[in-house]
Order: sequence, then C-alpha cells, then structure tokens
Amino acid sequence: MSEKRLMVDIRGAEKDFGIVMALKGVNLTVDEGEVVLIIGPSGSGKSTLLRSINRLEALTGGQIFVDGDPLVGPEADIRKIREETGMVFQDFNLFPHKTALENISMAPMKVKGKTPEEARAKARELLKRVGLEDREKSYPGQLSGGQKQRVAIARALAMEPKVMLFDEPTSALDPEMVKEVLDVMLDLAQEGMTMMVVSHEMGFARAAADRVVFMDEGEIVEIAPPDVIFDHAEEERTKKFLKHIL
Amino acid sequence: MAPLEKQGGTRIDVTDGALLPTRGDGRIIDSWRITIAFAILALLTLLFITKDPYDQIFRVVIKGAPLTFGVTAGAILGSIILGLFTGLGQIARGRVLNLIAGVYVELIRGIPLLVQLIFIYFALGKFFHLDGLPAAIIALSICYGAYMGEIFRAGIQAIPKGQMEAALALGMTRGQAMRLIILPQTMKIIIPAIGNEFIAMLKDSSLVSVIALRDILRRGREHVSRTFLSLETYAVVALVYLVITLILSKMVATMEDRMNKHE
Ligand SMILES: Nc1ncnc2c1ncn2[C@@H]1O[C@H](COP(=O)(O)OP(=O)(O)OP(=O)(O)O)[C@@H](O)[C@H]1O
Ligand SMILES: [Mg+2]
Repeated sequence: MSEKRLMVDIRGAEKDFGIVMALKGVNLTVDEGEVVLIIGPSGSGKSTLLRSINRLEALTGGQIFVDGDPLVGPEADIRKIREETGMVFQDFNLFPHKTALENISMAPMKVKGKTPEEARAKARELLKRVGLEDREKSYPGQLSGGQKQRVAIARALAMEPKVMLFDEPTSALDPEMVKEVLDVMLDLAQEGMTMMVVSHEMGFARAAADRVVFMDEGEIVEIAPPDVIFDHAEEERTKKFLKHIL
Repeated sequence: MAPLEKQGGTRIDVTDGALLPTRGDGRIIDSWRITIAFAILALLTLLFITKDPYDQIFRVVIKGAPLTFGVTAGAILGSIILGLFTGLGQIARGRVLNLIAGVYVELIRGIPLLVQLIFIYFALGKFFHLDGLPAAIIALSICYGAYMGEIFRAGIQAIPKGQMEAALALGMTRGQAMRLIILPQTMKIIIPAIGNEFIAMLKDSSLVSVIALRDILRRGREHVSRTFLSLETYAVVALVYLVITLILSKMVATMEDRMNKHE
C-alpha cells in the first residue's frame, strides 16, 4: 500500500475569484490507480478544484503536483501537465467541425507529434473501446449525447494521460444514456486509471470509487470510502447534504 | 456601416447594406425579384429599344467593370487579413495589442471613407511610389480592415469558451487552439458577414474614381465630360451597379442558406 505512487498532490490550494473564495486551502492526495469521487453542493468549488489541476483556473495560493511535477512556479511546465491529464467536461466540448476520428487523433498529432497513421490507428482502437467503432466518420452534431461523451472520453485517453479528470460527465445526458457513459468509466477504473470524478452518481461511486470527498464552501469537509460516507457520515454537513440528494 | 448583432449565439448578421433574401421570408424575396426585374428590364429597354445613346454609354462604362471587381476582390482579401489580425489583437491578452487594435478601429470608424481614401492615397504617394491600383487596394483594405476586425472579434467571441478549454486541456498551445479549433469555426459563421462586406465594398469601390482609377463610375464621368450626356450616363452607371449588387446579394444569401442546411 505505502509503495503507491502519488499521482496528484494538492497542497493548500486557494482560488480567490475576487467576489468569492472558491477554494479555501484544499489538501488532497490521489494515489496511482485510485478513483476519487468529489461531491458537494452547487458552488462548493468542485469544478474549480478539478480545473485547477490542469490550470484552466490559475490558483491564487498553494501548490499542486501532478506525478511530482509542480503546477505553480518557475519550474512549472503547464503543457507537460496538460498532456498528462485528460479532462472530460459536462457539455462534451467536442470540436464540431471535426469527425469523431479527427477529434480523437488531432491532439496526438499536433501535440505529441504522432504520425497520422499512428494517431488514426490509436483513435480507431479507442473508438472500439468506447463501443463506437462504426461512428468514426460522424460529426459531433450527428451523435447522441451519450455517444458524444464517449468520444470525448476517447479523445482524452488518446493523449495517454496519467490522470483523468471528469467534471459531471453525465449531468447533461438524458437518463437512458447515463449508463453507457458510466460503463466506459467503470471499465477505465477497473483497468487501473487514476481518476478524479465530480459526480453524484451513487451507483458509480459504490462500484468504482476508492474514496469519496465531500466539499462545501471551498473546503473539504470529509473524506471516506463510499460505503462509510453514504451510510455513516461523521460530519453533520455531509449527512445533511446526502439526505438531500439520496 | 455594419453594426454587428449576435443572433442565437452563433450567427452574425450585418444589419445594413443590401438586404439579404433568405428562404422562408417571402416578402424580401418578392422585393428582391421586383427590383432585379425592374433593373434588368430598364437596362434592356435602354440598350435594345431606345439604343442611342445608351448602347454607346454602356459599352464605355462596362469597360470599368474589371477594375471595379479587381479593386473589390483585392481589397476584400487585404481587409480579411488585416481584419484577422485586428480581431485577434482586440481579444489578445496583451494590453498593448488590445490598444493598438482598438485605436486603429476607433480611428477608422471616426473618419469618412472618402476622406480616408484620399488621405491614404496621398500619404502613401508621398512615401512610396505606388501605382493607383495597389494604392487604392491598400487604402480600401485599411478602411475595411477595421470593420472586418469587428466581424472577426464578434465571430471568435461567439465560439463557446469550452472549445478553447478543451483544446488547452489536450495540451495544445493557445496559438494551435486558435488556428485549429477556434478560427475554422469562426470562418464558418462569419462568411455571410464577409459576403455582405464584399457587396458594400463593391459599392464603396466607386470612391476610387476620385483618385483617377478608371472604374465603372470614372468611365461614366469621363464619358459625360466628352458628351455632356450626364443624366443618360449616370442612369446606366446606376443600373449596372444595381444589377451587380443584386446578383451578388442573392449569391451570398444562397451560400448562407446552403451552409445552414449543411449543419
Ligand atoms: N470564472 C469565475 N468567476 C467568478 N466566480 C466564479 C468563477 N467560476 C466559479 N466561480 C465561483 O466559485 C464558486 C465555486 O464554483 P464551482 O464552479 O467550482 O462550483 P461547483 O462545486 O462546481 O458547482 P456546480 O455543482 O454548480 O458545478 C462559486 O461560488 C462560483 O460562483
Ligand atoms: Mg461544477
């Protein structure tokens, strides 16, 4: 257990938006292969925390290490960290002018310098993995929400990230499409991917999460394994929130 | 000229200049049809029924058409390039770039086009020995570049923020994200607006006649000074511009229509 490599190390992360303090000194570590679920009320800072890890939001205090590489300071190499972290957004953010295959193969070619043949072969393999091998020529506009999100996951995986960040990946989906996306994420978790997931899907949490983090008002209130936190939360705030959503 | 409006978040329309007919708007299509029918009928009547002196005038005036088109096409190209950099300058994160682009736009918008054209033409002539044609193209490009810049800026800002974020999250640089993700989508939504600028430019290109370029209007003026047939000549000039502009606005509308259907 103790030999596990630290993949994400968040130390005293602060984000001051001026009007609100979205993160008030967050400490959290994620081991290699660990799946961490982040829950909490709207505005509690979940997205901000996730988006700080690849610096879509710049911290105003504290430090984050991704596989030992610092995110802040003169030694920070933001593009390396972004190559190593895949992100999946609530509203997919697929590139609408590119086909599914191009969406997936583009960054490996442009960022990692892969040849078109390599990148396309890898993209086809990933499309197959998310169950969309017959949709490589489809444009995002021709795909359902669930299919779009699966392509988005494949696009992130194409960069061979060390950590995957998911920000409410199923919140924009019709209920009947949630499962197909969660199944892909479940597979990924079982294959040992390090994952940080903002989601309130309790079934997924129990099946895949090693730990659940409850955030409120820019702070981490409680961290525990899913069964513990859902059934025997210690903090009043956690209990109150869970009663609200369960 | 051309105030911009965002419509439904993704479409940009220019609210003045030629009215673009679109399918489903029967009234505008009718007014377009009536106008073009009138213009063509009037032109044909003058040329083939009244004949003298209109057929002679037409032959003189139409010789200016290649120059009118040449100046327009060249200046549209120039203003697109200038507009791209102006638009990027306006949204860049560097304060200095914002200021340079912003001052350029304000300056150009505050001076009448004819005054700018004459000024730039003579200013350029003072330092470089340019022929009339390149000078006119450069002058019009500088004038229209400011408006194109506004179109590009609005077009880029109409692309959802998530597109840039997704590209950055994949490890692309801002430049790559702009070039590969944002601008291709921008181009698509600003093509109708650029088409509209093309039509406006074609009309405004008649201003180059004051700097001795022999476009459609200049040929007409020369003809008037030879024959004193002012009313007849300018009637033909006006009809020629009208027919060209109406046909172009139809083409722009059709293109836009086809693009919308392609979605
Ligand atoms: N760009 C921004 N500018 C100013 N304030 C912001 C910005 N982004 C987020 N905030 C504020 O920061 C706080 C945390 O926002 P965040 O989006 O991280 O919450 P969240 O937990 O993801 O909420 P939700 O469940 O609604 O997605 C909120 O008060 C929000 O209003
Ligand atoms: Mg959020």
